[in-house]
Amino acid sequence: MKQFLIALFVLLALPARSDEIVLGLSQDAVAITANFTGSQILIFGAVKRDSAPDPADKLGIIITVAGPSEEVTVRRIERRFGIWVNTDRVDVDAAPSFYAVASSAPLTDILKEVENLRYSIATQNAIRSVGASVSDSQEFTDALIRARQRQDLYQTLEGQVDFEEDTLFRTAIDLPSNLTEGSYATRIFLTRNGMVIDEYDTVIPVDKVGLERWLFLMSQQQSVLYGLLSLAIAGLAGWGASTLFAALRR
Amino acid sequence: MQIYLPIAEISVNAFLLLGIGGVVGILSGMFGVGGGFLITPLLFIVGIPPTVAVATSANQIVASSVSGLLAHIKRRTVDFPMGVTLLVGGLIGSGIGMVIFNYLKSLGQVELLVNLCYVVFLGVVGGLMFIESVRAILRSNKGVIPTRKRHNWVHNLPFKIKFRVSGLYISVIPPAAVGFFVGFLGAIMGVGGGFIMVPAMIYLLGMPTKVVIGTSLFQIIFVTAFTTMMHAVTNHSVDMVLALLLLVGGVVGAQIGTRIGAKLKAEQLRILLAMLVLGVCIKLGFDLFLTPADLFKVG
Repeated sequence: MKQFLIALFVLLALPARSDEIVLGLSQDAVAITANFTGSQILIFGAVKRDSAPDPADKLGIIITVAGPSEEVTVRRIERRFGIWVNTDRVDVDAAPSFYAVASSAPLTDILKEVENLRYSIATQNAIRSVGASVSDSQEFTDALIRARQRQDLYQTLEGQVDFEEDTLFRTAIDLPSNLTEGSYATRIFLTRNGMVIDEYDTVIPVDKVGLERWLFLMSQQQSVLYGLLSLAIAGLAGWGASTLFAALRR
Repeated sequence: MQIYLPIAEISVNAFLLLGIGGVVGILSGMFGVGGGFLITPLLFIVGIPPTVAVATSANQIVASSVSGLLAHIKRRTVDFPMGVTLLVGGLIGSGIGMVIFNYLKSLGQVELLVNLCYVVFLGVVGGLMFIESVRAILRSNKGVIPTRKRHNWVHNLPFKIKFRVSGLYISVIPPAAVGFFVGFLGAIMGVGGGFIMVPAMIYLLGMPTKVVIGTSLFQIIFVTAFTTMMHAVTNHSVDMVLALLLLVGGVVGAQIGTRIGAKLKAEQLRILLAMLVLGVCIKLGFDLFLTPADLFKVG
């Protein structure tokens, strides 16, 4: 908390522009180590302005954190001749591997639909799916969101941003343990009466470190050696256990 | 104790993985099956992605099979000429099987085919073995000594070889064909095929049950090592950390399993394996008919 306050004072001392976001992060990178069980990042900041805000204006803060995007296949399961089989499929062009959207109030109160679409803020807008071969492709996107919500990979945190005096804001985002590597794009939006008036972008790199990184790189770049090493470990472990048990019996 | 797996990209409990490896290792040592048909579904439940689960379980089966095989070599219950014959057929079968598998994958219904294959083969193999072992136990309770059927059509083919450990003098064609068939199915179903191989050796080739297990382990090592390399090179989906945790449990389990197996009678071993195979068959069969929680599937 003390660090948080110090950081805020530093931020507030910066030169001003009208209604501008200034930001701090509790950590500027996430390291995935062997005992990684998830992480929490604290995102905080302030709205810097020259004059006092008009009390009639309704201000809002929206924070999004998005993992690297990838193509995902979603299949529909239907009953045919009594058994469940895969039928229609939709290839979602780009879906973030992780997506959290936190806001200071329910999204519909502080963000107009047209702005939501323009900046791709809500989870369903952050997923890009075009040219699907089935008529109800929205159902497939919804199914993807449901599945990832169950794994805590997609989080909608409406009202979870503390926004005090229309100036100071802070929120905490929980990154789950099944996190993939990559650059996590973090965006902070300041809205006035539903319109976005300032946007602040930053990137939180999430990387494997140490042994995890070494093994991952080896499996990708020297796959033959990696395979042989895996087999050698398997053979040695098998031999070791056999020898150990033979010695124990004597 | 949670540990992050670098390839599977998920954090799981290390003791849970040691336990899964141990249980499957015991079964592997007892019955001579690799345990792929058990370990892969168990890893799915833990949340490991399917491609990583299939590739890594192949690697763990190498370890538990080596451990089990060494115990069997000490007991002189491995028929090496028989194992090599099966293996040659097996590698050819698995090569052709992989080509067919990739073709089916491009058609899109490979998953259903694999599940149906499992249910049919596990059901037939488990059912036949169960009936036979129950008969054998009833016979031995009555005190009748069973006479092993020495001659059927299998014994009248050319290229005969003496398989001394098995006490057989038969053509190499039937073992090579069994190996080919199992290798082929194994490649399609993503398993070593021990649960088909073991009954085939007992009933088609007429090998003694105790020799069958060691010999089956011998050929499983090579088939799964081949599979591991294929997955490591083409899909990069072997997770060494996951494999290490599974195989530490697996090799210890295999040693215990071999000792349990040595204390049981042949028909008792067969009836237990039959029950295990039928159990997995029923579970997979139910899944085909049960309404899934979500009518969409991701990935």
